[in-house]
Amino acid sequence: MSTAERLTSLVGALRAHGVRIGTGETVDAAQAVEALGLADRERLREGLAATLLHGTAQRQVFDPVFDLYFPRGVGAPEETSGDPDDLRERLAKALAANDETLMARLAVEAVDGFGGYGNSPASDGWSSYQTLDRLRPQTLLARVRDDVRGQQGMSGFTDRLLEDELRRRIEAFRALVAAEARRRVAERRGRDEIARRAVAPTTDRVDFLFAGKDRLAELRRTVQPLARKLATRLAARRRRAARGSIDLRRTLRGSLSTGGVPMKPVLRRRRPARPELVLLCDVSGSVSGFSDFTMLLVQALHDQFSKVRVFAFVNRLDEITRLLEHGAADPEGLGARIRAEATLTGWHGSSDYGVALGEFASLYRDALSPRTTVFVLGDARTNMSDPNLPAVREITERARRVYWLNPEARAQWGTGDSAAYEYAESVEMHECRNARQLSALVGRLLPI
Amino acid sequence: MFTSVDDVSARLAETGYLASPAVATTVFLADRLGKPLLVEGPAGVGKTELAKAVAEVARARLVRLQCYEGVDESRALYEWNHAKQLLRISAGRDETWDEARTDIFSEEFLLSRPLLTAIRGDEPKVLLIDETDKADVEVEGLLLEVLSDFQVTVPELGTITASRRPFVVLTSNASRELSEALRRRCLFLHIGFPEEELERRIVRLRVPGLDEALAKSVVRVVGALRAMDLRKVPSVAETIDWARTLLALGADHLDETVVRDSLGVLLKHQDDILKAGAKLDLDAV
Repeated sequence: MSTAERLTSLVGALRAHGVRIGTGETVDAAQAVEALGLADRERLREGLAATLLHGTAQRQVFDPVFDLYFPRGVGAPEETSGDPDDLRERLAKALAANDETLMARLAVEAVDGFGGYGNSPASDGWSSYQTLDRLRPQTLLARVRDDVRGQQGMSGFTDRLLEDELRRRIEAFRALVAAEARRRVAERRGRDEIARRAVAPTTDRVDFLFAGKDRLAELRRTVQPLARKLATRLAARRRRAARGSIDLRRTLRGSLSTGGVPMKPVLRRRRPARPELVLLCDVSGSVSGFSDFTMLLVQALHDQFSKVRVFAFVNRLDEITRLLEHGAADPEGLGARIRAEATLTGWHGSSDYGVALGEFASLYRDALSPRTTVFVLGDARTNMSDPNLPAVREITERARRVYWLNPEARAQWGTGDSAAYEYAESVEMHECRNARQLSALVGRLLPI
Repeated sequence: MFTSVDDVSARLAETGYLASPAVATTVFLADRLGKPLLVEGPAGVGKTELAKAVAEVARARLVRLQCYEGVDESRALYEWNHAKQLLRISAGRDETWDEARTDIFSEEFLLSRPLLTAIRGDEPKVLLIDETDKADVEVEGLLLEVLSDFQVTVPELGTITASRRPFVVLTSNASRELSEALRRRCLFLHIGFPEEELERRIVRLRVPGLDEALAKSVVRVVGALRAMDLRKVPSVAETIDWARTLLALGADHLDETVVRDSLGVLLKHQDDILKAGAKLDLDAV
């Protein structure tokens, strides 16, 4: 495979992951390869990243894909030890010394030694899970900590940082093992397929419903910049809207002094009313990742609206606005606090949209006015109970706008106990599966 | 300007800017491919410093356009010197209107703002467009012509093209999404927090009086803080400030009291300070 082919298939794989790369950038990348040479892999990586990428978030897709197309080595390492204890020994030393090159080499050895499975050409492969399961690097923590302390003594304040540092190093080692296993599999199955399948998507494309705990933490970190971006967009829109349209009547009246020639256009004055926002969030287990995330976003957007009221429900509904007050809420425990402090469940623990929407329409009708925009967040899975469509219609009549954001794929709507299409008849429902869709939707739907 | 990536690192280091491999590689490419460099990253990691260091290395004049909300063409590009034009008109009374008209729209009455300054003249220049994300969207349109063709059009004078391309650095804190068109014209560089070893060298370079062991501890504590989920994690600038503070306090090693008393140098929010205090087991911050 020539370098040019390698480069174009790298670009192809990146495009398949939603990174937008034009031909111009590919040409730049080729020039970068020429200027840098192939000798130093890390430089090549940085050079290609600089020419091909346009944003920080794309980097987490770029790195694993780069590792596949420009691998560190080919085939199996030259020396491997078949003995896990020996490898653990050396890994402990590398962790203690924070020797990154050595850790990378050990990852290669480990995958080769313990990651292989199967013995028929069709079904065999390399597994990082199996490697880590046999090697159990996390159990080295206590030992390495004691080793380091033994060498340096228990002295000083920084000693209490040691454990967390080691934990991060072990995490880094696990990532190295995963990358190496991917490389080995790619050699066997073809890079293009692995690049498409095994590389995790950028954070903004992670499905809310399937995000694991660590991905959710990552998603949370994307809230701040996202909120800021949306806030500037809203502010700009408001500014443009404030320029307003021409008030014909007053312009003509003003033109009387100039003999009917309208010298000074008078703009229509706008009432500087800030819109109000009401959120109804399903916080039951199945969609909690989604509603947590959305509430954080709303909390961050708080100062853009005169009034934001947030209600959470599972099968009972309760107001949780006070829990979201700015500065007071820490994102970590938000979901747990909501579940602890609000009354959200009645007789059973599964969600019931009918009851919750009915409660909202009857108990909190004062929250709705012609200035309110309502967002309903949830998958519309009612567990076979009555969807209570009259309540929804009542809400839509009283509010200015009602939108429903559904974290399920459109293909799933209406299957099983989903009442999505029934609700969608009276409410504008949008598929909202990841942060990218959410920010696009929120940017479009939020009132000025 | 540069012969190799190593050359970039070495010469930047001479000016006191220690570049990570990513920074050195990208600067080298920007120079080689003749493209503008868009640098993003958290505040205080040395984005602006990088432009200054490159200017110093290249012995180039640093032309800086500081962006802010409301910066416009007359601030960024050029402006006619109206006062001088009026003066000229009232001084020369016995010439024809045509003569006066051609005269007052000549170079003499043109006030160059940063973008025009950067592409005129033959001396080497580094153009720093700082905090690009703070400027309004319209300004980006203005930048496009400058960044892709290195030329500026003044209606009365025609198009002015750079005879010598400046080295362009744009910085952004990503508070607003820059347009795809602008990004396409640039090489992209994200400067994050440096590796432990690099940061230690930076601290030692910037705070010469600090001894090696303390520098190491300082960087480790900062690293631990960055791993926490804080509203604003400390950046390199804050690490350096803290190192200076410790030096001023005469601390020769870190202990609870010293850290507790000086945590405010690193963290800028009260709830961050409380949180970090709890995690680091500092009693009663």
